[in-house]
Amino acid sequence: MKRLLFASPVLITLIFGGFFLWGLDPERDPSAIPSVLISQPAPEFSLPEVAGTGVPGFSRADLVGNAEPVVVNIFASWCVPCRAEHAVLTRLVEEDGVRLFGINYQDEPEDALRWLTELGNPYERIGSDLEGRVALEWGLTGVPETFIVGGDGTVLYKYVGPVVGETAVREFTTALAQARAGGAS
Amino acid sequence: MMTRLVLILMLAFAPVTTAFAVEPDEMLDDPVLEARARDVSQQLRCVVCQNQDIDSSNADIARDMRLLVRERIVAGDTNDEVLEFMVARYGNFVLLRPPFNAQTYALWFAPLALVVFAGGFGIAVMVRARRQTAHPDDLSATEDAEFQALLDTDAEDETHT
Repeated sequence: MKRLLFASPVLITLIFGGFFLWGLDPERDPSAIPSVLISQPAPEFSLPEVAGTGVPGFSRADLVGNAEPVVVNIFASWCVPCRAEHAVLTRLVEEDGVRLFGINYQDEPEDALRWLTELGNPYERIGSDLEGRVALEWGLTGVPETFIVGGDGTVLYKYVGPVVGETAVREFTTALAQARAGGAS
Repeated sequence: MMTRLVLILMLAFAPVTTAFAVEPDEMLDDPVLEARARDVSQQLRCVVCQNQDIDSSNADIARDMRLLVRERIVAGDTNDEVLEFMVARYGNFVLLRPPFNAQTYALWFAPLALVVFAGGFGIAVMVRARRQTAHPDDLSATEDAEFQALLDTDAEDETHT
């Protein structure tokens, strides 16, 4: 009893110290919202094509029964980081043969069309989410957001914010490689 | 001078109301449903501003979420079903009031546990202190004899001086 009494300040210091260490960890982002979609089937939705692009829209059915994982990117022409991310996504498609689907979030079709004409279109399919209703089904917190959906239609990974910069790209490609390995086994 | 004072007082005690972010075009025609929508919106966290409910947030996504809340209410969902619907997409994070479940027991019980622990500890210390001072004259037989001997020597010393 007495020993416990004398050890208690040390114990309390250790507990609080551990908590502070965890709180001060620069890797920890307190504003990050854990996604509930991971390991869940992709949400039910159906999006028409962005008028004028000639690229078909898509629905949940297009995400199920694929041989390999599909990357779903939520973007908008008015979203500045998306512009930077566009180059990364294009490289992934051209060099790694990634299948990339896009959800055009709250964007006027003509703006989206101009954006794609200017920067090029890496997307295999683009759905127009004019009202932003479908993005809510995906639990969107801000554009851009990028998901990796497994061949069976299960959401495997979510990246919030632009996949730009060495760390982000490495994190994303690692997740993609895992998703591909998982699908093959 | 007087009017100025009155004005200052009036301004100082003017009822402060928070600005509403809800735009007229979002509102439902049925006042009962609209009231329910407002009630639900106040329990949902804006995912961009994070410490604001969607009812008072001006963020675009908060507006979309408000519209979704109204869509669900019109579709016949109860308030709890609307909240569940949002939780299914955004997780418990979207609730401003954390739910009571196995994941949050630590959150809900930690204050109570701390009070019980600290209170119990304090009471134990106090009881122990009281017990030690309660019977200061309880001496064992040998101690009593030693004490008596001391008293005797003291008495002898006094007679000698």
